[in-house]
Amino acid sequence: MTSSDAFISIRNVNKFFGGFQAIDDVSMDIGKGEFFSLLGASGCGKTTLLRMLAGFESTSSGEILIDGQPTADVPPHHRPVNMVFQSYAIFPHLNVRDNIAYGLRKQRLPKAKRQEMVEEMLDLIKLPGYGTRKANELSGGQRQRIALARALILRPKVLLLDEPLGALDKQLREQMQLELRALQRQVGITFVFVTHDQEEALTLSDRIAVMSGGKVLQVDTPHGLYEAPRTREVASFIGNMNFFPATVRRNGASAGAVETEGLGTIPVPLDILTKPDGAPVQVALRPEKFALSDTRPDGALAVQARLSTSAYLGERSHHYVTIDGREEPVAVSTPNLHRLAGDDAGTGAPVWLSWTPESIVILDAE
Amino acid sequence: MTETSVQTSAAEPAAKPVSRLERLLYRSEALRGYLLMSPTLLIMTIGIIVPFLILVTMSLWTRDGFSFDATLTIANYLRVWNEPIFGALLRRSFWISGVATVATVVLCYPMAYYVAFHVHRNKMMWIILMTLPFWTSYLLRVFAWKVILGYEGVINSGLQGLGMIEEPLSFLLYSKSAVIITLAHAWAAFAILPLYVSLEKIDKSLLEAATDLGDGPVARFWRITFPLSMPGIIAASFLIFIPTTGDYITPALLGGPDGAMIGNFIQLQFGAVNNWPMGATLSIVLMLWIAAIALVFLFITRQAERRVS
Amino acid sequence: MSDGTYIRRPNRPLQIYAVIFLIVLYVPVLFIPMFSFNDSIYVRFPLQGFTLQWYGELWTREPVWNALWNSVKVGLVVSVISTVLGVVAARAITRYRIPGKGTMVTFIMMPLVIPGIIFGVALLVLLSRMGVPLSLYTVGLGHLIICLPFGVATLLPRFEGFDPSMEEASADLGENGWWTFWRVTFPMVFPGVVASLLLTFTISFDEFIMAFFLTGTDPTLPMYIWGQLRFPQEFPSVLALSALILFVSFFLVFVAQRLGRAGLDNGNT
Repeated sequence: MTSSDAFISIRNVNKFFGGFQAIDDVSMDIGKGEFFSLLGASGCGKTTLLRMLAGFESTSSGEILIDGQPTADVPPHHRPVNMVFQSYAIFPHLNVRDNIAYGLRKQRLPKAKRQEMVEEMLDLIKLPGYGTRKANELSGGQRQRIALARALILRPKVLLLDEPLGALDKQLREQMQLELRALQRQVGITFVFVTHDQEEALTLSDRIAVMSGGKVLQVDTPHGLYEAPRTREVASFIGNMNFFPATVRRNGASAGAVETEGLGTIPVPLDILTKPDGAPVQVALRPEKFALSDTRPDGALAVQARLSTSAYLGERSHHYVTIDGREEPVAVSTPNLHRLAGDDAGTGAPVWLSWTPESIVILDAE
Repeated sequence: MTETSVQTSAAEPAAKPVSRLERLLYRSEALRGYLLMSPTLLIMTIGIIVPFLILVTMSLWTRDGFSFDATLTIANYLRVWNEPIFGALLRRSFWISGVATVATVVLCYPMAYYVAFHVHRNKMMWIILMTLPFWTSYLLRVFAWKVILGYEGVINSGLQGLGMIEEPLSFLLYSKSAVIITLAHAWAAFAILPLYVSLEKIDKSLLEAATDLGDGPVARFWRITFPLSMPGIIAASFLIFIPTTGDYITPALLGGPDGAMIGNFIQLQFGAVNNWPMGATLSIVLMLWIAAIALVFLFITRQAERRVS
Repeated sequence: MSDGTYIRRPNRPLQIYAVIFLIVLYVPVLFIPMFSFNDSIYVRFPLQGFTLQWYGELWTREPVWNALWNSVKVGLVVSVISTVLGVVAARAITRYRIPGKGTMVTFIMMPLVIPGIIFGVALLVLLSRMGVPLSLYTVGLGHLIICLPFGVATLLPRFEGFDPSMEEASADLGENGWWTFWRVTFPMVFPGVVASLLLTFTISFDEFIMAFFLTGTDPTLPMYIWGQLRFPQEFPSVLALSALILFVSFFLVFVAQRLGRAGLDNGNT
């Protein structure tokens, strides 16, 4: 994405609360119609950033453009964005219909038209006939949908969602994820979604910004984040990852390799080696990129290992294996393709650990 | 870029002009807060700080016939320091308030304990019942005690009627004890609330843990409940002791010469004696004492809270 | 469910103590209405028979009606001002990050603890130095200082008790501060507002010490009673008047307390 077609443009934004820096020089662009997630542990600044988009927090420096308009002096009630709050903030003194129609007052619509819009929204969120219910008669999932409808009825340019699924139980959460994604496609509005749940972010998003300590570590598609993390922090935040200290070996102009502690020397194409010969790097490999076998597999790179522990999880098994020249065990995840597989040899059994050169990620050294 | 900006300028209120004040207010949360607080703070400043400064100034004046000598002097403070009557009066005020405070807290503690631990339904009603009298006229509650303790009052006439005494008990009214009884009764609700809150906050599983580890009810109370309710006890003591030291109505109606307190003396300076600078001085001295005691209480509270948390 | 636990098993002596406590708390005050119906000029046992004569006497007394009207006037104005300012201050305290907030709250709450006589005397000195004649206005100012902390203290839990994102949601849905207040904040804190009005009215209506120092020629009801206490022959009618005041105060405060806490405790426990 280039900044010229950015719908939301965040430029060098900082935010201080007293001496505490909540947002540290964040810049990013969000495209029109994107489902964009801010992912990070609690306290990483993702909610602060969202609240800045909504206008509840001001920027200490830097600027935020929404649809080309600077927002610094625009109070929340004049911004073309709407928000679904973490607590949903359903007004308890109003019924469902009045909650949904809350933001329509200024449009001075005839009553019938307003009614019609509310009914339309109730259909959209699959709660027809709920108009006269009181807020305290609703379940968590229903409140969440009302909060969505209340925001969407105003046709915002951007919908902000602050961990909207956090309060729901697992099953309902998964169902709501699907509905949310479908809804976003249906209405075509840009969604900015805050979550600490990496799986949720991967499932829903077109792109994800991983945040930590007020900084944006990486902005990428779910696939990009998972398969090509740029830092160790991102790599270990999303999924599991094994790290091996390594050294770059450029053998002339034709072939390159990384010499790792534990996995031996792995050949890699020269164009992905950015560092000079002899530079320290890290080689990262996800547990499922490994394979375990009793005999040395043909063609693949492999080392001899010992099985340390195994856990059977149904569709997969998780193992820890130890290899020579490395204290920390290597995490391996294997699919249980055959019914009798997974019932592996016991602790201490020798196995072959194998992988392909394409599955490795090369990161800067710590 | 051009595309999108055309779109927006047509539709959204984002481009709507915002006044400078609105912008400033939106930018600064603290400014908004101060603006909202300002009327209240203004009234409290006019009603408390300004009068207090004048009071301090006046305490440095002296009486000159029917008007004041406005040369600044600490003569009044020296008088308060040197003449034993003032010291005695202050000591008596603190003693009366102190006894009343201890009595109130001791008597209210079991009540607060009962509601916190043994009332399960209609807790609200109990709390309202216990605190309701506090909100009604202080003057009338004190007056009621005059009716009870009076020379021909409820107790004397009742006991005489029952033939238990021949002559009315004269020590009932116009004594220190009359003041202490009335104060303890009148301020009970003020003690109940902080005691109740601190007891209610105690995690019941702590008590179960103490029992599980072998404590009987008495040991458990002294080792767990009582120490944990200490912040409430301190708060209740503070909330009764400080306001009662300067009480006027109770000693005026029930104290007699024997039970007079500093508040009566201050009033006297502004009334019959007509020595306003002296009255101002006594008020300031009382305030300073209160401030000192408040600091002590604050210190003890800090200590107690540190132990609890 | 909790009734059955070991810690909460019934404690008979404590129960008896609690009942005695409540009796002792209320009985002294109840002597006032009791003797107000007593057909004797003396306030003593044995009771002489039932009469409404003291109430009838009150009805015809011009000064009582004047004092009542004075108290009501002051009470209404003071309760409205302290509640409005209480709402505004409580909102600021609960919603904004403002430096020095703790100090300001302590300052506002000071009159709850510091003896009223000091404020009364200080205001008296200020007003006399400024040449302001004592009147119902000066009494009102004194009462405002006493009532404001109660107003704030009644409303604070109301504001703390509701999710700030309600107001943010309203702003987010396009309402400015004014409309957000009337459409969301006010309905949410409404019970607290009524409670504060009733409570501050009662406090002002019953207040004595400020009025004692700041009253001009128009006495409030407590000042009138104070004046009558010097005359033993007036005791019965003072008792009748006091009984009426107590009844009204108890009623108003009871309603205020119910409203002030309604919804708050149910929601939290």
